[in-house]
Amino acid sequence: MAQSNTQHHQSGATPAGNRPSEGWDEWFDRHSRTFFIAPAVTFILIFAIVPTFYSIVFALSRVKFSPDGLQFRFVWFQNFLKQFVGNEQTHFLGRLEGLSAFAWLFNIIVIAAVLYWLYRSVRNGASWVGMVGRLISAAMAIAISLLLGATLLSGNPWGTLLTTLFYVVVGCALQFVIGTGLAFLCSQPISGKNFFRVIFFIPLMITPLGVGYAFKMILDITKGPFQPFWEFIGLRDWAWSTDAWAARWFVVIGDSWQWIPFIFICMLAALENVPKDHVEAAQVDGASSVQIFRDIIWPQIVPVAATVILIRMIEAFKIVDLPNIMTSGGPGIATESMSLHSFFIWRANDYGMSAAVAYMLLLVTVVVCASFFNYVVLKQLRSSHA
Amino acid sequence: MSFRKVLTAALVAGTALCGTTFAASAGEFDGVTVNILTRPGPVIAGKLAERGKEFEKATGAKIVVSEVPFAEIFQKIQTDWTTGTNSIDVGVFAAGWGVELAGAGLLEDLSPYVDKDTKLNPDDIAPYFREFGQKIGGKTMLLMVDGDFQMVYYRKDILDKNGLTAPKTWDDYLAIAKKIHGQDMNGDGQADYGSCIFKKRNAQSYFAIQTMAAGLIQTQGTAQGFHFDNATMKPIIKNDAWKKAFEMYKETGKYGPPEELNMDIGDTRGLFKAGRCGILIEWGDPGPMSIEKDAGAIKDKLYAVSGLGWKEVLDRKTGKLVPVTKENAPSSVDGINYAPFAAFGGWAGAVNGKADAKKKAASYAFLSYMNQAAQSNIDVTIGWTGYNAYRISQLKDTTPWVAAGFSKEAAENYLGAINGALANPNMASDFKIPGAQSYSGVVLDRELARYLAGEITVDEALANIEAGWEEITEDFGRDNQIKAQGLALGTGK
Repeated sequence: MAQSNTQHHQSGATPAGNRPSEGWDEWFDRHSRTFFIAPAVTFILIFAIVPTFYSIVFALSRVKFSPDGLQFRFVWFQNFLKQFVGNEQTHFLGRLEGLSAFAWLFNIIVIAAVLYWLYRSVRNGASWVGMVGRLISAAMAIAISLLLGATLLSGNPWGTLLTTLFYVVVGCALQFVIGTGLAFLCSQPISGKNFFRVIFFIPLMITPLGVGYAFKMILDITKGPFQPFWEFIGLRDWAWSTDAWAARWFVVIGDSWQWIPFIFICMLAALENVPKDHVEAAQVDGASSVQIFRDIIWPQIVPVAATVILIRMIEAFKIVDLPNIMTSGGPGIATESMSLHSFFIWRANDYGMSAAVAYMLLLVTVVVCASFFNYVVLKQLRSSHA
Repeated sequence: MSFRKVLTAALVAGTALCGTTFAASAGEFDGVTVNILTRPGPVIAGKLAERGKEFEKATGAKIVVSEVPFAEIFQKIQTDWTTGTNSIDVGVFAAGWGVELAGAGLLEDLSPYVDKDTKLNPDDIAPYFREFGQKIGGKTMLLMVDGDFQMVYYRKDILDKNGLTAPKTWDDYLAIAKKIHGQDMNGDGQADYGSCIFKKRNAQSYFAIQTMAAGLIQTQGTAQGFHFDNATMKPIIKNDAWKKAFEMYKETGKYGPPEELNMDIGDTRGLFKAGRCGILIEWGDPGPMSIEKDAGAIKDKLYAVSGLGWKEVLDRKTGKLVPVTKENAPSSVDGINYAPFAAFGGWAGAVNGKADAKKKAASYAFLSYMNQAAQSNIDVTIGWTGYNAYRISQLKDTTPWVAAGFSKEAAENYLGAINGALANPNMASDFKIPGAQSYSGVVLDRELARYLAGEITVDEALANIEAGWEEITEDFGRDNQIKAQGLALGTGK
């Protein structure tokens, strides 16, 4: 005790809450990690987390402008409910009338599959936390399938939710297939591959706004550079921008042109990390190219592939520039994504509704991406480590 | 340099030397900076900056013009002035937006300044813009820099070639578009378009549909309005008049460019300047645009009419259309009811009510300088400024217009069309109440776009608009909206 008192006096005042024999310098050493990350955490809290939570106040309120500042009238979940019932329903969900027989069949199959998946999870002894996650994923899957059945499979127009999912699912799939294909080609010993690597990477460096305007000009059928081509194939009077499906596809094409390089560069890195001796050994054993890719290369790049798709999906959910510039959400609301939906409402000063739509997007993004991460990415990572 | 351009330059220089007048005296505003927020590009903002330099030399006040995308102007100004940021002293925006800002107590009442201003000459401002554009509740809250309403333009040479006369009704518009569609109108050997209307979503489509509908619904003068029953704010939308306007609007697409649904005003302007459109709806800009260098195909060929009318009007009790009579449409002419639509209402400047006194004075003085005939009578003849005529003196004399490059006949036609609209007591006002952008730019625009794209029927579109407008009215408070509508249409205080 006397010794410790001596040490205490030697090292000066003891910081509150420290060990009895510890001085300031040791205390700082012990907490140095906290001090180093504190500025970053504070920065993120102030500029990302606080505004995110503050926007919940907007989402739960009707906001008005007055000389004294913004006035909030608390309306609970009214801004959210408006997306599901009433005038905004067709905008967000689409028209939900007259379910076709095919839609019934589709929904029954999906619901049965989801229920079977849940049953298997229970049988396999999933934890209660895991089951809660699975129930949320299952609810989202069933809701999306019901929506698909009521709109696409029943001949009704879509709302912004399914349009966003179209961009995510179709866009990411297209970009992954083409990006991986190009990466595979550039990983082969072909002449000029460095040149192609640079060329394929360039679109990623262009701002989405620029891509939108470039595609709008390129695809202009009356004045664009392909006007003679449209005329030659007899589509002089056909306008892609007035056809809902054509417009959606052209937005996906523009988006893919920009984002294929991202997939390309990540997959190229993954492919180049595949040990050459594995491939050479397979070649010596007489394996065909398809067999080598399927059994040697693919298992080694699949963790990267799953992660790249996840990152791309998160980004794709936020698509706004291309549909805004190329079609302004039209024809009708055919190409309007949820981000664009939120932006248009914000522009009309309806902050509450805009925040509510943004939160709906956040919810869908989190559930879909978390499901993909848990049931696809993690599975692939575990199998690759096994 | 052509003789006309020399004459224009001489006129401008002469005016600058002899006629330039300031409400303020030299050096009066030394050290004062006036921050103005408006739309980007040379249109509107360009001339503000140019005249700002002249104003600075004369008075010492520094004029700083900041530009933001059009869709964000109102939101930025409202946020700046309500949150106490007050970094903007003057907003130059759609005159119609003033009602919402004035209702929130954000605008400086300019009436006392106007009363002392010996250079402004308010009586020279066309009555609609003076009483409905600049005034709110009887007080002058804004000063115009531009006068906007939509007109119809047609290619006189093409109509003459086809033995057609200038249209008077919207039925004539459709008949003309149908007849001339597919003809080569600019000599390039390609088939051109009967009608060109900007129909892109989130652009200007919702203005054009109102231009078509107004004459079917409004018959008793500007104060009647054509969107709501002013006493209850119940929408007047689910009826045969709007249905007819929607259907005709869609039908014009049959005689338009294939991409018309994705065309905004920039696209249609490109087409008609290239001589590819037979008839079109536009603001006042195509007049000065037709004499620009890149508009050789339409120079002295693009004629205007002040607005088209209808031989039927809405019976508001039954929701049905009935033939026009002098009883149900007192200002009708030859059995046709006209209601030129003041789409957007023109660009006007308003002063931040919370700016300090010196800034307010300098801000008013600059807006007055822009508005005075000595400046504005020249500015409105220049296409790139985006300024259209709003003063009577701008419309009396064709000399500045001929000097700018118009032929005498084209200038007379253009000014005659504007005069015809401004003299009409049944001119229709745009939305000016709180939530104006939501009523028109969101709900009306979206449902119209969905109808044009074939997603919904016209009855569904009108039902959706009614429900959407009712939601907005309830949201802002029905009583508040009734009061605001009275202020907007000049019937309330």
